[in-house]
Amino acid sequence: MTAVFEPWNETRGAEIIAEHANQEGATLVILHALQEAFGYVPEAAIPMVAQALTLSRAEVHGVFTFYHDFRHKPAGRHVLKLCRAEACQAAGGDALAARAEARLGVSLGNTTADDRVTLEPIYCLGLCATAPSAMLDGRLIGRLDQKRLDALVAEAQR
Amino acid sequence: MSLRLFVPRDAGAIAVGADEVALALEQAASKRGLGIEIVRTGSRGMYWLEPLVEVATPQGRIAFGPVTEADVPSLLDALANNTPHLLRLGATDEIPWLKRQTRLTFARCGVIDPRSLDDYRAHGGYKGFERALSLGSDAILNEVTASGLRGRGGAGFPTGIKWKTVAQAKADRKFIVCNADEGDSGTFADRMIMEGDPFLVIEGMTIAGITVGATKGYIYTRSEYPHAIAAMNAAILAARRGGYLGSNIGGSAYSFDLEVRVGAGAYVCGEETALLESIEGRRGVVRAKPPLPAHYGLFGKPTAINNILSLAAIPFILAEGAKTYADYGMGRSRGTMPIQLAGNLRYGGLFETAFGVTLGELVDDIGGGTLTGRPVRAVQVGGPLGAYFPRALFDTPFDYEAFAARDGLIGHGGIVVFDDSVDMRKQARFAMEFCAIESCGKCTPCRIGSTRGVETIEKIINGERVSENLALVEDLCNTMKFGSLCALGGFTPYPVLSALKHFREDFAPVPTTLQAAE
Repeated sequence: MTAVFEPWNETRGAEIIAEHANQEGATLVILHALQEAFGYVPEAAIPMVAQALTLSRAEVHGVFTFYHDFRHKPAGRHVLKLCRAEACQAAGGDALAARAEARLGVSLGNTTADDRVTLEPIYCLGLCATAPSAMLDGRLIGRLDQKRLDALVAEAQR
Repeated sequence: MSLRLFVPRDAGAIAVGADEVALALEQAASKRGLGIEIVRTGSRGMYWLEPLVEVATPQGRIAFGPVTEADVPSLLDALANNTPHLLRLGATDEIPWLKRQTRLTFARCGVIDPRSLDDYRAHGGYKGFERALSLGSDAILNEVTASGLRGRGGAGFPTGIKWKTVAQAKADRKFIVCNADEGDSGTFADRMIMEGDPFLVIEGMTIAGITVGATKGYIYTRSEYPHAIAAMNAAILAARRGGYLGSNIGGSAYSFDLEVRVGAGAYVCGEETALLESIEGRRGVVRAKPPLPAHYGLFGKPTAINNILSLAAIPFILAEGAKTYADYGMGRSRGTMPIQLAGNLRYGGLFETAFGVTLGELVDDIGGGTLTGRPVRAVQVGGPLGAYFPRALFDTPFDYEAFAARDGLIGHGGIVVFDDSVDMRKQARFAMEFCAIESCGKCTPCRIGSTRGVETIEKIINGERVSENLALVEDLCNTMKFGSLCALGGFTPYPVLSALKHFREDFAPVPTTLQAAE
């Protein structure tokens, strides 16, 4: 299922920030909440977060860029994450990653030209005993093989 | 007749179809007018049998697996008429792989309904907490120290000493932080326990709180673990409703509450000081120690930060006594370790056992060798910062000191098996690459060293001045090992150097016509 995100809206953004601003050390909590709502962390939100938490823009920007999860622009309609860590490598993950890249015509970390699929590496889904594993829009898939991967790619391209 | 069935809600089981099986069971049963109740449990940890379906019988639970949606009609036939079925595995507790384990921490995982506080209590939950209340801080510290429990995140620091330091610190506020930032590939015990027995984590943290005098705890886990986050949050709500979190917990004078904080895809946040920074809302940059978190931790307050598996071992130690726990194990490694068998293995999963089992037993005997059927060539123990062990070292017992003596580490107990198709040059390069991606950037040996490491190993792979570059990599590894601020840069040399040492043949210069002519 594709996640449905709201378009960026300053009032809504301010609401989300205010909702979490009273927690101790709220920066990550707020960035997560913003991304959950809008699908990414809009640049315009950074100074708003800074002001709400009495931090500098640079500090919030620094946090935003440090963590791999936070996006500065929306992902494709579907996000296919392939686990690229050792347990999945041991179970044939390298070949599957190459196959996914070839089928989608993009390398890991990129989005197809039609904006349909973002293909990303992930370092461990904790499904190491049913490796190789993947995640399509939040859905977990273990014991990945060529056939299952092809089906996932086809599903993501629809 | 009403059937009581158990289907895991564990993410590893869901990834191979447990939700679909549960749904198909419900639909098929209702179509037949068969009364069934499905309890969604954690996983028993036998992942090659997932989705594992169990049925309650007067003789105990009977297991079937691996069950697919297509098996559901025949499974219901067999259950309704008590007839044989191809996937029938017999009594779950009698399955040899499970029976030969010593499940102290994971005793309830896969058995109880992780959303039910009553079920937790009915299976011995909160017994440790009750005893802790009657003992008081000093006596609890004695118990934890006497149990010999050491940090299950891999560092192996005695938990009792850490707690004592925090207990003795004077401050207006103190914190308990549970490190559930399980980023190591090949590990999934934290995920399993949060999904399968979350009240155990809450109980362990609560005991820690009353021991050191903390009233607030944080569980820091990964965004990659949405199911575990949901299970933990649901359990926290239930514990609060049941009077086990909040003010006057369990009718006592103590107060303690919990909050889950979610990381954002940074491996280095598993390092304790980076983790504290991250909870505080900053970049996950490692702090220099001292001061120790026990003195100056979260928000500058004394903080007991423990791995989730250390905290999850606490309720058993308090309930059954330190000696019962310490009677298991070898040398200075007391108790049990939830070992995670992963990668290219026939029988992968969670195997909790006393320290002392050898690597060979774990891989060949318990793990059943490779899934591909090819010979085992390399085994990485302890995550991306752990050494690669060859078959020649399979006699190494699972013990903090024994692995250290062979230039390895047990880490968080993850074991990843590779067959003979593995190219150790690639694995060595990956170790450096991973360090480069995940480095927090604070110290130079890690930040720059890892990038230079990738480049130099690539030169070796391309056959450029191989022996000089090999020497350079070894030298670089020494700099990283002794010069890095934390385990990320400091331990990345383990996989690299072990690959060089034990699998040297993979790094031999490629003979070229030019060399042949010389």
